[in-house]
Amino acid sequence: MSDFINNFWNMYVVVLVIASLLFCAFIIMSNKAARSSGPVELHGHQWDETLAEWNNPLPRWWVWLFWITIVFAVVYLAAYPGLGNFGGKLAWSSTGAYDKEVKDAEAKVAPLFERYAGMDVQQVAADPEARAMGQRLFLNNCAQCHGTDARGSRGFPNLTDGDWLYGGTPEAIKTTLVNGRNGAMPAFGTTLDGEQLRDVVHYVRSLSGLTTDNVRVQRGKATFAANCAACHGADGKGNQMVGAPNLTDATWLYGSTEALVTQTLQKGRNGHMPAHGELLGDKKIHLLTAYVWGLSNNAAGAK
Amino acid sequence: MKTEAMGSVHGTYDYQVVRQFALMTVVWGIVGMLVGVVIAAQLVWPQLNVGEWFHFGRLRPLHTNAVIFAFGGCALMATSFFVVQRTCHTRLFAPWLASFVFWGWQLVIVLAAITLPLGYTSGKEYAELEWPIDVLITLVWVAYAVVFFGTIAKRRTSHIYVANWFYGAFILTVAVLHLVNSAAVPAGFWKSYSAYAGVQDAMVQWWYGHNAVGFFLTAGFLGMMYYFVPKQAERPVYSYRLSVVHFWALIFTYMWAGPHHLHYTALPDWTQSLGMVFSLILLAPSWGGMINGIMTLSGAWHKLRTDPILKFLITSLSFYGMSTFEGPMMSIKTVNALSHYTDWTVGHVHSGALGWVAMISIGSIYYLIPRLFGQEKMYSIPAISLHFWMSTLGVVLYIASMWIAGVMQGLMWRAINDDGTLTYTFVESVKDSYPFWTIRFVGGLLFLSGMFVMAWNVWKTIAGQKPYNAPVVAPAAAHA
Repeated sequence: MSDFINNFWNMYVVVLVIASLLFCAFIIMSNKAARSSGPVELHGHQWDETLAEWNNPLPRWWVWLFWITIVFAVVYLAAYPGLGNFGGKLAWSSTGAYDKEVKDAEAKVAPLFERYAGMDVQQVAADPEARAMGQRLFLNNCAQCHGTDARGSRGFPNLTDGDWLYGGTPEAIKTTLVNGRNGAMPAFGTTLDGEQLRDVVHYVRSLSGLTTDNVRVQRGKATFAANCAACHGADGKGNQMVGAPNLTDATWLYGSTEALVTQTLQKGRNGHMPAHGELLGDKKIHLLTAYVWGLSNNAAGAK
Repeated sequence: MKTEAMGSVHGTYDYQVVRQFALMTVVWGIVGMLVGVVIAAQLVWPQLNVGEWFHFGRLRPLHTNAVIFAFGGCALMATSFFVVQRTCHTRLFAPWLASFVFWGWQLVIVLAAITLPLGYTSGKEYAELEWPIDVLITLVWVAYAVVFFGTIAKRRTSHIYVANWFYGAFILTVAVLHLVNSAAVPAGFWKSYSAYAGVQDAMVQWWYGHNAVGFFLTAGFLGMMYYFVPKQAERPVYSYRLSVVHFWALIFTYMWAGPHHLHYTALPDWTQSLGMVFSLILLAPSWGGMINGIMTLSGAWHKLRTDPILKFLITSLSFYGMSTFEGPMMSIKTVNALSHYTDWTVGHVHSGALGWVAMISIGSIYYLIPRLFGQEKMYSIPAISLHFWMSTLGVVLYIASMWIAGVMQGLMWRAINDDGTLTYTFVESVKDSYPFWTIRFVGGLLFLSGMFVMAWNVWKTIAGQKPYNAPVVAPAAAHA
């Protein structure tokens, strides 16, 4: 708990703390002046023509304030960790306090989530109260990347459009939430030369009607088949098993401009959805799954 | 009160370096606070973050370094070089070295103003400057210590005046803090790695950080207070005994308080507890200085009505008392759980930095300027009054808005729904902070504007005047 590498440091702390407290007591005691009823006198020295000091006694209320804080320190250090390895009479620790708070909070909220644990995702998604809880979980844990409206931004998928990288079934969504995903698009900047790369960019953009340079498109098609089709499929419609996006629709995770698609091909992309299974636990994941599923399957959820 | 001269008068005091530092205090005050107003504006209007050099993240350390070490540092050096001569009744020890302290310190400041916007930083709060500048700071600081303690050594009085205890503690401790916290392994001319790792690095950093508050921003300015308050009030210091007790208690307990910056972190529990209890013990020793300053005015309260310099000095002590009460309260772990990482901390720092440090410095500089140029008083007393009210209103707007914003943020961050989720997303607390950030900007702008009034007044006071070095005063009879 105290992280001392040997007992010397333990003793070092104890001795210094006690010495400091005793010093404070000593300095007050040794300056107790008898309060005389007569007029206060000057201390008897003078500097720079006019500077002098009265010999007023310490203000009584101030001395009391000082004592109270010293006594508080002694009591506190008897009760709580502070004197080196001595953990205090209350056996309090910050990790202990944290664990207890978490346990109490879990016990308090558990029944709320328990209610939905037995229902299937579609049922949960249809329940307005569950959806509200799911939305709060989403705002706490997911909105940082996917946005408060779940519409995402560049590099962070839109969760409301019905277009799924890894599948939109409740099971697929739950797997994504629990284990996270790593969407790795390899870099082709070294394997393809400049012209080949440009051709592929044109071909890929032609799949959703964004380019009309037929010569490049035709040349790019062959390169695509040799390098990209393994993941994105011969028709470019992607593969949800590996999270390879459909390239024929209007959804572009990293942007559709020629420059951005070129960058994607040259340098690759590394999408990372963190795992939330351990962090949130089964029951919260279940609610969150229903909320995310509902965003594109539920009239109410999708607004 | 003038007593008979016992020894012969030895020439004049060395005011040259005092003049230089005093004038640069005004200049750096304006620069540092201007950067503060700019970053306050950037929070309200994010589009003001122009390019990487003038981005909030680079200007914020420039602001803190400029106001603490440029403005505060120049004020401390000006006043300490003045006070140590006057109260030791002797010229400076090695005035040529004092000149090096001035030019060396200005070079440090200019280097900071260049390297911080360029992004060179060691990443340690209030100690961001990279190692070559740290080396220069060390040289300047050693020279500063030699001049100060050399002057103390050749004093012509038997007792050392209380202001010099505080200045001395400030100079010695800051040297130790700087050396220990800045220990780093260079990896090139503008890059280094801290000598410490992990939580130990964090602890060393906040041992430094909090003691920078304790010894740079508290002890040093208490030294200022102990000279300029009794001088301006023309009254003896309230209690010699109190000054002894609160001096030793202050420098003994401040050393322990750093861990309260690391509550609820990976820092071991015992360290956090010690940081908290010693921060609470610090309350009485801190207040000792406030009592001694304010009570010095007893019997002369009427002077507050007519003397705006005294208003600055006494108001600064009130803010000092307020922020040294607030500090121990915020170090209590359960309070800290609410206040930490919010704007409450920012408000607390500024009630100390603007209310205490800046106002006591401004009052002291107003006292100094005419005396350094052979004048009776500042060119315009009403302008000092105007400056006083602008500053006071500015501080109040600043800290009140930050209190509200801070408590609001703390409450929003911890608000929880029945199902255990957070009630508010972070960005909601940002959105709700905008009105208070705007008020803070206005408060800061008001304080900065006051500094321009000061600059004008200083200019009018010294324009066309010759520098004046007062003759060395012989010690009073009792000291001979």
